[in-house]
Amino acid sequence: MDVNEVPQEGNRTMGGHRRVMYAKDKDGRMVIVPSRGGEVDETVTLQALDRIQEQTEEARQRVLAGQTSPLEYWMYAQRLDLPQLSQVTGYWQWRIRRHFNPQRFARLPEKILQNYAWVMGITADQLKKLP
Amino acid sequence: MNVINEKFRHRHAAHCESGVASSMLSHHGAPVSEAMAFGLSAAMAFAYLPFVKFAGFPLIAFRMPPKAILKGMVKPFKMRFHFETFRNPEKGMRRLDELLAEGHVVGIQTSAFWLPYFPEDMRFHFNAHNLIVYGKEGDDYLISDPVAEDPQRCAADALQRARFATGLMAPKGLLYYPESIGQSAVTDEAVRRSIRKTVRTMLGPIPIVGVRGIHMLANKVGKLDPKEKLSLNYVGHIVRMQEEIGTGGAGFRFLYAAFLQEAAEITGLPELRVLAERLNEIGDGWREFALKAVRMIKGREAFDPKQLAVMLHGQAEREKEFFQALKRAVV
Repeated sequence: MDVNEVPQEGNRTMGGHRRVMYAKDKDGRMVIVPSRGGEVDETVTLQALDRIQEQTEEARQRVLAGQTSPLEYWMYAQRLDLPQLSQVTGYWQWRIRRHFNPQRFARLPEKILQNYAWVMGITADQLKKLP
Repeated sequence: MNVINEKFRHRHAAHCESGVASSMLSHHGAPVSEAMAFGLSAAMAFAYLPFVKFAGFPLIAFRMPPKAILKGMVKPFKMRFHFETFRNPEKGMRRLDELLAEGHVVGIQTSAFWLPYFPEDMRFHFNAHNLIVYGKEGDDYLISDPVAEDPQRCAADALQRARFATGLMAPKGLLYYPESIGQSAVTDEAVRRSIRKTVRTMLGPIPIVGVRGIHMLANKVGKLDPKEKLSLNYVGHIVRMQEEIGTGGAGFRFLYAAFLQEAAEITGLPELRVLAERLNEIGDGWREFALKAVRMIKGREAFDPKQLAVMLHGQAEREKEFFQALKRAVV
């Protein structure tokens, strides 16, 4: 890649930051070029974020329909999925899946709720309902 | 508490770990560029790990696992790192303060999700981020994060959260600094050894690693069902691992080309400069793949997994020939 081919059109997921790319200058040396990003990296980041957004929205609908607990909503909202939530809490996946049951979730002890809330960076009260 | 290491200089880098290694060693009198740190630790690789899921997709890595770069500095610089982890977060923060007060610049491992200065859209649960703390002003730590253009600040409670995040590759408050550096210049022998190691990784026999790993990924892509909605996400995931996750472009291939140019100077092998140019072209091939994939994601072109698979197989073949030539160049 040549220095003048480094994407600079901008990437709105980068929040105005620039990232380092390596490219060839006119003397043929590979040099550091700060990049504002471009369509390629923006598209794939947005695609990943959209997917999370979609999962969050589906979970919200299921919470409203009484099919799952707010735990599942918050999991996606805080950019986790089931394997990741299991890793950060130390709970088995099947156990977390049981906590997706609204009746069971309502009976969960404060200690478990606190742990879920802590790994997600929210309060236990927030965790109990949709925002 | 107010303490700043005035002599420390922040450097902007493509990748967090090679950036930390470069800044830290240069600060301690062993000047080394990011590209040299990356190449010297033989960090360039390829791995396709279908059994490790990352956001629901297989882990696709264009480099060696986290910590490989720091550990790769030990032998070439005859150095010793001091690594420390903590069970108790308060203790971990106190220890950081002590080291800063003693005048150290301290490397730490954090989660990317909990760093407040990260752009919102870039905050994912990834626990193997590395950065340098070079001072403290009141409650704020002064941070040199290699992937950020300028030095950053981070409040103590947020930094504690980031250092003690749980989950896969949990940092456990890891902090590190060099105890001793026995050698300040990069030797010809160290460069050749690292190149031979990278060649072994890339041409090795394990089907999911190196050139064979790229073929395996290509086969997987070729079998994607174009009618299945998540197939496009799978392709996007590959491009993300290649371009977005601090690689310097083309999955570290451009960064390694920069290393090969420096290596040519040190070893006196002009052939390496020619090979750097060749790797630059291979990098362009990866960029073409990314561009094609994005055109399909955007719907400007029909989604044709077979076509992408052909491109990936092509990249694998070109890298195979490249690393064979590289092997001949350093014997």
